[in-house]
Amino acid sequence: MSNIPENLKYTKEHEWIRVKDNDTAIIGITDYAQENLGDVTFVELPEVDQSFDIGESFGVVESVKTASDLYLPVSGSIVEINQSIEDTPENINTDPYGDGWLIKIKISNLTDLENLLSASDYQKII
Amino acid sequence: MQNLQRTPLFDFHKKMDAKIVPFAGWEMPVQYTSIIEEHLAVRNAAGLFDVSHMGEVSVTGPDAEKFLNYLVTNDVAKLPIGKALYTVMCYNNGGVVDDLIIYRLEDDNFFICINAGCSEKDVEWFFKHSTNFDCEVKNLSDNYAQIAIQGPKAIPIVSTVLEKEVEQIKKFQIREINIENKSAYISRTGYTGEDGFEIYCDPDIVESLSEKILESGKEDGIKLCGLAARDSLRLEAGFTLYGHEISESISPLQAGLGWVVKLNKESAFIGQDALLQEKEQGIKRKIFYYILNDKRIARQDTDILQEGEVVGKVVSGTFSPVIKKPIGSALVKTEGVNMSKLYVELRKNQIFLEPTKPPLHKLI
Repeated sequence: MSNIPENLKYTKEHEWIRVKDNDTAIIGITDYAQENLGDVTFVELPEVDQSFDIGESFGVVESVKTASDLYLPVSGSIVEINQSIEDTPENINTDPYGDGWLIKIKISNLTDLENLLSASDYQKII
Repeated sequence: MQNLQRTPLFDFHKKMDAKIVPFAGWEMPVQYTSIIEEHLAVRNAAGLFDVSHMGEVSVTGPDAEKFLNYLVTNDVAKLPIGKALYTVMCYNNGGVVDDLIIYRLEDDNFFICINAGCSEKDVEWFFKHSTNFDCEVKNLSDNYAQIAIQGPKAIPIVSTVLEKEVEQIKKFQIREINIENKSAYISRTGYTGEDGFEIYCDPDIVESLSEKILESGKEDGIKLCGLAARDSLRLEAGFTLYGHEISESISPLQAGLGWVVKLNKESAFIGQDALLQEKEQGIKRKIFYYILNDKRIARQDTDILQEGEVVGKVVSGTFSPVIKKPIGSALVKTEGVNMSKLYVELRKNQIFLEPTKPPLHKLI
């Protein structure tokens, strides 16, 4: 059974979003996603200050099995990336909602948040 | 999933929480925990693999040796009793039907291990070509389960469970033994680049044997390993996999398996003329192994480029848990190719290949 914390929002593309201080958010991939990818070997992340539209690919997560695009669930610009992931990509497998976080963004359009899934909605699609 | 076969260990795999995938007509465990952990267990301690999907054939009778020597490229006449021989068998055009291990049990009694995905066509191939020889071909695939125990700790672990004498079995030797009062074969062979055993045994006892081996190797860190780790281990070791480095359209000479093609052996064999001709005219394509000094994995079928021109493609690509870099094998044309100028394009990045002679994991 995949772990799906109640206090997060989710996307159909298996990302989670933790909104902080109104307009910033931390984004990662879900437990279900990491289970299906298997051993993560590499994550390609954007530069700080880069801006993305909703649904745009902001990076790639690569596992022994496959490479998979990462899509930004809300439009925004990158405030911070998880630097430690470069040396320890396995954190995505062991702690997808904690040490395995990917990026922190400043949300440019708060109404984008309305389309995200709740934990129970996400549970239904996996 | 349609008509997939299950090994005698299928329920055991389920119980052990394996991820099961369809492979070569079988429902097989691809991984149990983590591919990287399973892989490293084999390199550092030991791993146990269910390879019961592999096929087994026996060839017996006065002409058994003569027949096999006609069928395969290596020289069966030189194979002593109790030893294993790695070889391929080819079509008339030099393409590969399959690669196989032939064990000589007695003068006129051979036991052969073939690939699961090829087993149907292989058995047909055996029957079709044996008609002019005084020998009997039997498909024994349903009679045997097979497990492989591989890694630096494999030999002591297995000898604790079985008889102590199995330690005396030398590399590429096979011996008949009794396991739980059933006849079985144990050979010091494998597909990982590590020392170890492969055990061909009665399907009824394979689960209890596997449990005993896992229990006995627990302290040494033995792990159950799936097909994914088997693939990354064999690629690091530089062992060919049918459908990748060898196939109907890739000859053994192209695959770097010239050492199993005995063009001068005393009797003729299928594909000999084509392979002789290929050797004389110069090999036009070749397989090589490489390391990527990058983090991106070049997957199967990725184009290999030289100065913007496609000169070949990746045939196997994965991540090496030992050197922590992407590795792979590729098929390229030989004419006009400069091995130090080959690269792949991955997500708009040009990454140059570092052609490397396997084993790729022994470079650190």
